[in-house]
This record gives sequence, C-alpha cells and structure tokens, in this order.
Amino acid sequence: MDQVEAVFREERGRLLAALCRRYGDLDLAEEVTSEAIEAALVRWPVDGVPPNPGGWLMTTARRKAVDRLRRDQVYAAKLAVMQVEADRAAPPATGDELPDERLQLFFTCAHPALAAEDRGALTLRCLAGLTTPEVARAYLVPVATMAKRIVRAKKKIREARIPFRVPGADELPERLPGVLQVIYSIFTEGYAASSGPFLQRIDVAEEAIRLARILHRLLPGEREVIGLLGLMLLTHARRDARTGPGGALILLEEQDRGRWDRAMIEEGRELVVAALTGGPAGPYAVQAAIAAVHDEAADFATTDWPQIVALYDVLFTIDPSPVVALNRAAAIAMRDGPEAGLALLDELADEPRLRAYHPYALARADLLHRLGRLPEATTAYEEALASAGTEPEREHVRRRIEETQP
Amino acid sequence: MRYLLLINAGELDLTGGAVGCEPEDWMRFDKEIQESGVVVASESLADLVTATRVQVDNDGKRTVTDGPFAETREVLGGFYVIDVPDLDVALDWAARCPGSRAGGSVVVRPVAEFPGA
Repeated sequence: MDQVEAVFREERGRLLAALCRRYGDLDLAEEVTSEAIEAALVRWPVDGVPPNPGGWLMTTARRKAVDRLRRDQVYAAKLAVMQVEADRAAPPATGDELPDERLQLFFTCAHPALAAEDRGALTLRCLAGLTTPEVARAYLVPVATMAKRIVRAKKKIREARIPFRVPGADELPERLPGVLQVIYSIFTEGYAASSGPFLQRIDVAEEAIRLARILHRLLPGEREVIGLLGLMLLTHARRDARTGPGGALILLEEQDRGRWDRAMIEEGRELVVAALTGGPAGPYAVQAAIAAVHDEAADFATTDWPQIVALYDVLFTIDPSPVVALNRAAAIAMRDGPEAGLALLDELADEPRLRAYHPYALARADLLHRLGRLPEATTAYEEALASAGTEPEREHVRRRIEETQP
Repeated sequence: MRYLLLINAGELDLTGGAVGCEPEDWMRFDKEIQESGVVVASESLADLVTATRVQVDNDGKRTVTDGPFAETREVLGGFYVIDVPDLDVALDWAARCPGSRAGGSVVVRPVAEFPGA
C-alpha cells in the first residue's frame, strides 16, 4: 500500500471517531472526513505536510461540518436535539470510563442490534478505513450488495439510535466479546475464505490484525484482546507455508516450517504469556496457547499432543461447542491413536452444527483413512468434498480420494 | 427518542399467565419503570380469546372474524412506550422486563419521527 494512503487510512478512523463523538451522526462524520482527506490530498503536495497533520484534518473536517449544518438547518436542528440527548445518556467521561474516541466506534460497529454480517463490514469501513468496494472484495460480494448492507446498517444506527459510547466497566464483559468476534470473523474470512477460488486472502487477515492492534492500544489491560491478537499472529505466521504452487492447500502436517514467520511467532508467544497471566484464561487466550504449541513444534509428529489435548479440555469448559469437541477429538487421535479419535467424532455425528461442516467430514475421513478402512474413508471424503467451500479445499479432498482407491 | 416495547409472552400456563413470571415480578417492574419517569404509555392486553380481527377489502366490504389465535408460540401481551436517550437504554429496560424471560421476548421498535411533528 502507498505510504500516504496508509497514513490516511489510520487517520480516517481516528478522525471519523472524533467527529462521531462530536456530532453524534455517522453520515455527517463520514462525509466531512472524506472531504477533509480530499482537501489534504490537494493541499499538502502544494503547501507541504502541516506540522500536525491530525490537527489539520480535524480543523478542516469541523469547518466542513459547520458549512454543511449552515446549509441544512433542519438537519442541524435534528442533530442538536440528538446531541442534547446523547449528553443526557453519556455524561462527560469520568475516571471509570475508557478514554479514546475510536473505542466507541468499535462498540457501535459491533453492536448486537446490527445484523451479524453487517458488523464486520462496518468495522472494516469505519475503523480500518476501507472503501465500500474494498469491503465488498473482502467478503467476495458485489459492490452494490455491500453498499446496500452498509446503508442498511447505518440507517439502523441512525434511526434506532444506536449510541456512540463505550460501555461502562460493568457492561464491558458482556459487550467486549462481540467486538472481538467481529475482528476474528474478519480474520477467518481472510485466513480460511468461506468460498471462492482462493484459500486465503492475506490482505483481509492483515486488516483484522491491524484492527486488533488498534483495539489493544485502546484497551491495553484487556487480556482477551491480547489473546485474540496473539491467536491471529500465531496463525498468520504460517501463511506462506499454507499454500503451495497454484494456491493448493497444504495442511499443518505437511507444511515447510522453515517458511513460518519466526518474528511473528515470537511476538505472538509473548502475547500468549500476557494473555494467560493473572486469573482464569479466556477462550482467545487458550486458542492462542494451542496455536503457540503448534508453532513451537519442530514437526507435526513431535508436537506436544498431551499439552494440546489439555488445552482443548480447558477450552471445552469455557466454550462447550461441537466445533471445540471436534478439534479436541482430532488432538486425541494424535495423542492416543486414530481409533480413539474416531470414537469421539462418531459421538458428535448427530450435532446439527457439524452436519455438512467440512472440517468434521474431513477429520473423520482422514482417521478412517489412517485406520485403513478405505471404502468408508472414500465415502467420508465424498461428504467432505460436497461441503468444501473453496477450490483448493476441494482439490485437496480429490487427491485424498485418489489415495483411497485400490 | 421514543421506543415501543412489544411484550410477547412465551409459554402460557393453564390460567393464561406466562410460565415463570409471577405477578409480583410484573408489579415490581412496572413500579420501577413508572417511577423512573420514562413511560409515555403502557397497557397490558386482555386475554387473547377476546381478540377480533377486522379487514376491509377493495370493495369496501367489512369482514370481522374471531381471533386471530396465534398459531405461533408467542402472544402479544402488552406494551410500553418509553422515552429514553438511545437504543442501549431501551434495551436495558427490555432486558429488565419480566416478559423477556421464560421463553418470552420483548421487541424494541423505535417510534418514527416526522420532521416538524
């Protein structure tokens, strides 16, 4: 990305958040943020970059907002009413509250009253500074579809009056997981695309990491934010080894670990330690710890499987979901042999969430394959083929099916 | 900003009361929300068997039918209109309402605002 563009992306989120706080209106804030950045792109190459670029942008944006409100008195009157009410709802910050303007915007974009699919889109647009076409590309949907979704979400924020505010310390445990979930879902969309020709889209994953870094700076003491950032770094560190020529899928057990990003692993490991220190660990911290154990192993076979199983046991107590049970079963298959793992997977056969869930079908097929039960393995691989979302995943399963043929 | 809280009862017991919600819970909640000064209007609806539906077709012909008696599990049992600063405050009241428990739900709808109104 262009250096200037990178600066503006970062500034855009800051500016937008500050203006949302000031005017209590996302549309106005977006409009004048864009106008201020356009003005900077015209002025700065001529006049030079001002000593305080952020201050210059803010002053310019506010001037544009004043102009806009002068032109449109009805709008101004409405905003004024909203502002009075906003002050009534959120009196000036006290020591108990978390200062920073972008944090409010994180909570607004991830508000549970918005459609789940819109939260990530809005976060990418407002906080990562992506344009609507860029957000559309991130989710592999047509630009018009994404534009409609963003308009719908902004309409709900405006008309249902979802506030721009940071939840109080007492609400934070309930609301923060929603923000983390949004960032993680952006990451997984990049790391393991749900559909399309490519397995991973590294730029999307990197936007999620950037968002987590911003959130970590805003909430330095929140251990689950640290855990999430650690988890994403420890996973993203394997990006170059995850795909082969032509984008083919390479599983963890076959990856060239020399191609893993050591610096990123090191940073992730330090975060894991911080995330696990000081009280019971949250789900992201435990998942990060699991990723760290994988990243520390010299190869797949000598991975510390008892440790991984133990961590999945902890994770299952926090999040007793079928997906965690599936991953735990796969780890037990590595520790105790394929038979033990298969027995656990078969117990999960009736879980609605695992029906037509690609990783489940694939894990089961692989264990049958390892046990030499080839006809059953073929059938299971065929189920996995039907539920695979991307072409590299389908190609991988096709190769496996060939291996099971006599 | 005004919000309508539509209270849908969940499972009903034999006397038509919502399971798991005692009258005292409702009285406590109603006292609390009335005393907070946010209530614009509130009613609790009579039993569903008293409902009557009116429809007028294109020719102006009126059709009156007994019911409807919801096939669905949820039955509109009452409402509050409250005036609060934003959705979060409205959602807090909805969550405190006994109607949101025991399989029931409260739907929060902002009241439309028209310029000049």
